[in-house]
Amino acid sequence: MSAPRWPVWLLVLLALAAELLSLPVALQPLRPSWTTMVVIYWCLMWPGRFGVFSAFTVGLIVDVAHGSLLGQHAFSLSLVAYVVLKLHLQMRVFPLWQLTLSVFALLTLEAFAVLWIDGASGRADFSPGRWGPVLAGALLWPVAMAAMDRFRERLERRDSSFN
Amino acid sequence: MAPIQTVDSEGRAYRNVSPGLRFFLTALLSLALMFLDHRGTYMEQVRTWLGAAMYPLQVAIDSPAAGLHWMRENLALREHLITENSTLRSQSLKDSAELQRLATLEAENARLRALLDSRARIPDRVVVGEILAVDMDPLRHRIILNRGSKDGAYKGQALIDARGVVGQITRDQVNSSEAILITDPDHAVPVEIVRNGLRTIAVGTGDLDRLSLPYLTRNADIKPGDQLVTSGLGGAFPGGYPVGTINRVDGSSNDAFLDVTATPAAALDRLREVLLVFQSADDAPPAEDPGE
Repeated sequence: MSAPRWPVWLLVLLALAAELLSLPVALQPLRPSWTTMVVIYWCLMWPGRFGVFSAFTVGLIVDVAHGSLLGQHAFSLSLVAYVVLKLHLQMRVFPLWQLTLSVFALLTLEAFAVLWIDGASGRADFSPGRWGPVLAGALLWPVAMAAMDRFRERLERRDSSFN
Repeated sequence: MAPIQTVDSEGRAYRNVSPGLRFFLTALLSLALMFLDHRGTYMEQVRTWLGAAMYPLQVAIDSPAAGLHWMRENLALREHLITENSTLRSQSLKDSAELQRLATLEAENARLRALLDSRARIPDRVVVGEILAVDMDPLRHRIILNRGSKDGAYKGQALIDARGVVGQITRDQVNSSEAILITDPDHAVPVEIVRNGLRTIAVGTGDLDRLSLPYLTRNADIKPGDQLVTSGLGGAFPGGYPVGTINRVDGSSNDAFLDVTATPAAALDRLREVLLVFQSADDAPPAEDPGE
């Protein structure tokens, strides 16, 4: 009855690896937050299989991987998932540029939630470095979405249990 | 709340179970987690396990870099190896000449200390650790080491490289540990200036080649080029290891304090191996107090 979920977690794992991969110092400020983008994508496309609880779990994993306060990304990612789930029917019919703008807004929201928690726990850091990932994520969204669409559509075509 | 039945763009039906309620629950849960993690040490053990569970992924991410490293070492040209060998040989010769001088100095130091009736310095023991090529957080300078409590690493242990102080361990997991670099904005190291023994604190800036010394008053005797070493105060770092060189002293602002920055001595941007320093005999592995 319920569709297999391994593709969801496969993409999450890949996103996490891409986020932790060592980059040259010059590129580091522009590393997009891949996990947030994957969470947005799955909430948009498979809302029946990926919801707030899954986003929360992803967030906990991200917290452990980044060494941040346990619960910080869990909170910000469930917030993002909640907003996407509320709006996903509208967002699906958006043209690409409008969708990219919405993703930009969502990434900004996530960064603000993280900044707010950093501030509340006495680690406020208003360096512009915080906004590099947001910008990079929005710029890369069309490409990332095309790749994830290809992956998802191939799965759905080959195996009807994904439908 | 009743589940809402929706049909998506391709005609598939699914149930979108009240995301509002679920978000409320996860928000409460994450706030509770953050509170526990921030306020107390309740989560310490949990984070150790979670961090240990993360280790395979970190090793997997590190593997391309490690493979490249291995290839560079194993597929190097013969001539290259010969030149490298000869440079290392001459370096080693120079180093041992220096060491001879150091040995006499050390003996003299011990004699003088005995005359002054002060405690003799115990030589520090070191263990080599390798840094995994994993970037944890672009805003903070944290690294993962392949040495954990299994190898005797402990929380608060100092890390150095061939040129100077690198940082300290913040969390020891079983097979690995998490460490903070001296340039992290949350890190401060007690230092003293070699030229005159002036003691102060060097704080990280979030920039890999810059430390800041914010607590020096206008009349402090400091100038560009001064060498900074650890003072050994505070107990976290053993004394006498190089930290950096002063590169800018700016008194042009109307502050009571000088604006002083230093360049770290350690090559923080291209680290691969670090040394874990065991400060005294009772810290040496096997460490007995992992539960701190």
